Amino acid sequence: MTDPGPSPSPEQAAAAGTLAARIALKQRAGGILVPVVTVVFALVMSGIVLAATQHSVHTALVAFQEIFDGAGLNWIFHPTTNLIDISAYNLSQTLLQTTTLILTGLSVAFAFRCGMFNIGGQGQYFVGLVVANWLGVDFAGMNPFAHILLCIVAGTLAAAAWAGIAGVLKATVGAHEVISTIMLNWIAFWVASWLFGAGGPLQNSTQPTVPVSNQVSSSARLPDFWGAQGFQGVHVGLFIALAAVVVFWVLLNRTTLGYEVRAVGFNPDAAAYGGINVKKNLVRAMAISGAFAGLAGALDMLGGTTNYQFGQLDIPFSQVGFIGIAVALLGRNTALGTLFGALLFGSLLYGSFHGLGSSAVIQPELAGNLTYIIQGLIVLFIGADVLILYVWNSRKKLRRPPANPAQPAKATAA
Amino acid sequence: MSTWAARLDNPLSARLRDPAATGALGIFLGAFAAFLAIPPIEARTVTWPIVVGIVAVALGIWTVSRGRRRLGWGAVAAGVLGIALGMLATRSSTENLGSAFDATLVAQTFSFATPLVFGSIAGMFSERSGVVNIGLEGMMLMGAFWGVYGADKGGSWVVGLLVAAGVGGLVALVYAFFAIHLRSDQIVGGTGVNFLAVGITGYFFVELYHNNPVPNGVSLLPNVRIPGLSGTGFFAQAIGDLNILTWASFALVILAYVVLFKTPIGLRIRACGEHPRAADTVGINVYAIRYGCVVLSGILVALGGIYLSEGPQGNGSFIFNMTNGRGFIALAAMIFGNWRPAGAFGAALLFGFSSALALKLQVYSSSAATLFQILPYVLTLIAVAGVIGRTVAPAADGKPYVRQ
Repeated sequence: MTDPGPSPSPEQAAAAGTLAARIALKQRAGGILVPVVTVVFALVMSGIVLAATQHSVHTALVAFQEIFDGAGLNWIFHPTTNLIDISAYNLSQTLLQTTTLILTGLSVAFAFRCGMFNIGGQGQYFVGLVVANWLGVDFAGMNPFAHILLCIVAGTLAAAAWAGIAGVLKATVGAHEVISTIMLNWIAFWVASWLFGAGGPLQNSTQPTVPVSNQVSSSARLPDFWGAQGFQGVHVGLFIALAAVVVFWVLLNRTTLGYEVRAVGFNPDAAAYGGINVKKNLVRAMAISGAFAGLAGALDMLGGTTNYQFGQLDIPFSQVGFIGIAVALLGRNTALGTLFGALLFGSLLYGSFHGLGSSAVIQPELAGNLTYIIQGLIVLFIGADVLILYVWNSRKKLRRPPANPAQPAKATAA
Repeated sequence: MSTWAARLDNPLSARLRDPAATGALGIFLGAFAAFLAIPPIEARTVTWPIVVGIVAVALGIWTVSRGRRRLGWGAVAAGVLGIALGMLATRSSTENLGSAFDATLVAQTFSFATPLVFGSIAGMFSERSGVVNIGLEGMMLMGAFWGVYGADKGGSWVVGLLVAAGVGGLVALVYAFFAIHLRSDQIVGGTGVNFLAVGITGYFFVELYHNNPVPNGVSLLPNVRIPGLSGTGFFAQAIGDLNILTWASFALVILAYVVLFKTPIGLRIRACGEHPRAADTVGINVYAIRYGCVVLSGILVALGGIYLSEGPQGNGSFIFNMTNGRGFIALAAMIFGNWRPAGAFGAALLFGFSSALALKLQVYSSSAATLFQILPYVLTLIAVAGVIGRTVAPAADGKPYVRQ
């Protein structure tokens, strides 16, 4: 992930003083060129698919316009606070989606910064969801503040412990975290299916035939600050997610813990030589990573994003943990980048599933799958930043071919 | 000749004291302990499973003490499991047992194992050459959808098979380009392939079939009836009517073993996975070998995918995201089997057995059957944790190679 690609030395490029050179310098610092190009490329590719299968470029363009409107982003052009306004409602739903994705994205990003690929965000999300539901139902009538705090903390810690299993396995026996988190994902998937399914311990007590959990009691529900109270309004979890972005940044960049995590991620051998306990950091980073995903699950449950309950049949359709991978990669595993990545994917998800759901332009089901295609293309191409940088650099090489013969040799050595 | 002669010269007692033999015997006895209590033998007292199980555990402990930890602990686990299953079986009624443990369970096990065998052997070719293939799941899904499409439009399951293999190979080729030439992170790239496959198959399922199951009358993968094995006998029900791809999967395991471990090309593949620089130095084209292996991997796993939609369970219909993690289980089977064909086959059968048993358990308690689905994942987690012995990946697995 840290491969800077065969780019010329940034100092040289910056000295040239061109716009391209300045972008190249930013690129070295983890810049925004690759993510932006990737997104544009993915949108164009999916647009081509759309235009080709619908035999109309116009349809494809209108579809993208509708995704934009469906996500409520057109609200910016005519802001009203009236919730009957459809664009305001759409925007509020996009923000709900974004809240979840910020946290699942941070989860993947944190593990990445320690050199690990936490593919288990989905399982950790389920753990947070289940624990929050269990405690949210069982301790009905508690003081709301204490109840909410209990559910959030317990859900977060449980998910941290769940992810910690993968960290411990990696630290002690060297089991690859990708394999163990995939396995933990499926274990969480089936355990949650069992818990919420017919005859399961957390299944609805009033409707024994419906494979859905109980609704969390009103004392554990997060207040909504925008939209109809209790009916998919935007809950205060959005602020918790934004706070988590700040916590992520401070933790990584301003604390000893973060320094150690980044050092291990950059080069475990060098970190160990420098006196950092690598094993401890692997476990710790994995647990913190899981905590973010668990928090996402807890907030979704308590905030009403999932209508305060969860069904067995909803489980296979929940993809937020996996989308977190795309969010983090797009955000280059930084705090701010993840925030923007979450906003993009939140808009895409809600805009295509629901915005186009009522559209007459293309078949509604097509749009949802289009989001998966866009997501797949983004993940595929973001990993191949070498390609984009290669094209970028070869452009520059063409412009001034024989200027510095030593440069290509240096580039391949790096 | 001489080795065979030497083996024959050995006294029998010395061969029996070989820890490898006692460990294997222990595992066999552990399995046998459970089988004593179920049809066709069906002992109705708990004594026999316990006695045989204890012998298995004892053999296992002895094997561990002689240094063969993996085999020994395997025997101990088999013995304990055998006792537990035997006790459970003797407690339940004969009719229940008859319906749960009959010949169809064997047939179902093979049926559930088939896509996993294809997937795990596919993953093995890719990883033995040094490319991690997390995208198995997506390639399998592509095979499942485009296989039905081919069979539907082409009018024959043969066309479906070819289309599935072609599309699987094509997706794998794209992935190989990213993993090998662009040196992108292989886990990220594979994840991208998985997302993309969900999107593409879902999109064209709506576009071409409007989300309806594919119309009836699609040519299905045929079953192979073995002449002379028909009726209600145990073997007739167990293996008399298996699908053509199930038989192909058995052949594939043997073929994969021969190719990987007994031919020069197999040696080259493994060299690329263990030490690509050394392989390059002696003149092996690492990139060509890796491209070949990844594409082969895509073709094979897509054949596992078409079995899901065009096989006896799918009945010619595609469902959105129908692989539902089977690509990952295949990956797990490969790891569980320690990157070896026979091991992967055994693991695939074990996972297939647990799925088949879960299906049978559905009759008694759907809730327990749901929970039972975690078994393959827990076992794989235990396997990678090294409790039963370390699994060792090829040394250069997942590391891009840069030519010099």
